[in-house]
Amino acid sequence: MNTIKGRVWVLTDDQGALIPNIDTDMIFHNRYLHITKLEEMGPYALDNLAGWEDFAKKCQPGDIVVAGGNFGCGSSRQQAVDCFRALGVTALVAESFGAIYFRNAVNAGWPVLVCPALDPAALNSGDEIELDLAGGTWRNLTRGTDLPALKAVSNVQREIMAAGGLFKLATG
Amino acid sequence: MPHTIIEKIFLAHGAEGAEPGSIQWLGLDYRTARDFGGASVVQNLRENVPDKPVADVKRTFFTFDCNAPANTAGYADNQHSCRLFAREHGVKVFDVDAGIGSHVLIESGLVKPGTTAVGTDSHYNILGALGAFGQGMGDVDIAYAFAHGRTWFEVPGSVKITLKGLPAANTDAKDVTLYLCGQLGAAGLLGQVGELYGEWVDQAGLAERITLASMGTEMGAISLIIPGDNPDFHASPGAPYERELEFDIDGLRPQVALPGHPEDVHPVHEVIAQGSVPIDSVFIGSCTNGRIEDLRAAASHLRGGACPPQVMLRVVPATRQVWQEALKEGLMDVFMDANGLVSNAGCGGCASGQIGMTGAGEVQLSTSNRNFSGKQGKGRTYLCGPSVAAASAAAGELVEPEAKS
Repeated sequence: MNTIKGRVWVLTDDQGALIPNIDTDMIFHNRYLHITKLEEMGPYALDNLAGWEDFAKKCQPGDIVVAGGNFGCGSSRQQAVDCFRALGVTALVAESFGAIYFRNAVNAGWPVLVCPALDPAALNSGDEIELDLAGGTWRNLTRGTDLPALKAVSNVQREIMAAGGLFKLATG
Repeated sequence: MPHTIIEKIFLAHGAEGAEPGSIQWLGLDYRTARDFGGASVVQNLRENVPDKPVADVKRTFFTFDCNAPANTAGYADNQHSCRLFAREHGVKVFDVDAGIGSHVLIESGLVKPGTTAVGTDSHYNILGALGAFGQGMGDVDIAYAFAHGRTWFEVPGSVKITLKGLPAANTDAKDVTLYLCGQLGAAGLLGQVGELYGEWVDQAGLAERITLASMGTEMGAISLIIPGDNPDFHASPGAPYERELEFDIDGLRPQVALPGHPEDVHPVHEVIAQGSVPIDSVFIGSCTNGRIEDLRAAASHLRGGACPPQVMLRVVPATRQVWQEALKEGLMDVFMDANGLVSNAGCGGCASGQIGMTGAGEVQLSTSNRNFSGKQGKGRTYLCGPSVAAASAAAGELVEPEAKS
């Protein structure tokens, strides 16, 4: 899975700025924490993030999410990763991630990528983008422009993604 | 070769190197799961490693603290799936009567300087209070830790943080902690370990250290670590810090975080100078401020009797042990005389509302560590220390507490 292509959702506020510090209670609120089946988590994704409450209704399988800094800060809940997987979101790019969130995504084998110089003006929600995980590059296909470089994926992240999750890595 | 504290902990737990940014396999002394996430840990274990899901039962625990006792059928199912798994495999359960898992682990004496432990609790880095490395992780991670006793981890870079001076007499450790959070910001230590030093840190007791370490998560830190009493896990002279920061806390006055952002911190006296802040409810407890010392501080401001009738005061001791100490010391009488509600030990309001949520328009003062918008209901939650919380409960509005007698 070296390239991922899809329609993008850019998590911006009403001024068009990337929303920083989107925490796990905005992504998957604590009132749903008892849910353990991945397929039941999708409808609640981002329903406590102002301006994005209807995200789950708009999102289609194959979409990609782009977010600001410290995305997923807060609690250790895996559901904050799994709710996007349940919706069929294929990757998430952020300026930076909360450390636990990043690990949870990596361990699930779900592609999370860091773009430190992310520019929200370079892509709009609805644009088609293509991510090249091996090359660490991505393009806005709708505008035909290159986007700022992605941070290199670590070996362990690559191995876990290739295996399809941490447990699959362990059992070879 | 000189090393920081976290590097020494990694090297003592099987890491082949300790270069920040390198990925190492880290041995875990203890691995735990709460009712929060625990059911998914069990599910992951049953699916992936049914034959040998627990590498070492003596180092593995369940701790139910989040929804204690279960107030939804879903949580009850989740807790019981953990109990059944634990009985099957001989794993000890600290059940809904025990209190906050990280605090139970500390009280049990298992956590020492240099110890490594993980749990499904994003404030597990609270173990930094003892010079240990705790880390909150998700279900997959914790399941893997149960089964293998180790995990991969990127060695974090370290930041040396020195606090200069001593805060004012009417402050708690929480005021220093909030101040630091405000100065550093929500991502100020993102992916890093902060080592804490200074005159105030040196004289801080365990409860104060717990408060301080507990909010590293709100600063983006992997952990805040305070050197413990074992020099093997002290930083070497010349340790390679990525940054060295100093903060002047001399004469620091009580602080409060405004609703929505733990890092939006201001001195109480400046906030109330803009206009009074009448309050509807007060929560005293959480892993940040649920120790007996915190309850004593709160009680010292409540001795005047009943709080105004519009104020709902809620107190949640961190653990069963703290609860019993508070009872013996007569603190429970103080809280009851103040028209307070005292709940069983646990996390309190933080996760799923063990002790209730806030309604639209409600103004709450909370001694917990997070007040993200909507987290604890639609009300507006301010974060503060137990002295500010209790003095304000008694006054019916946000106030600066008197100095402790």
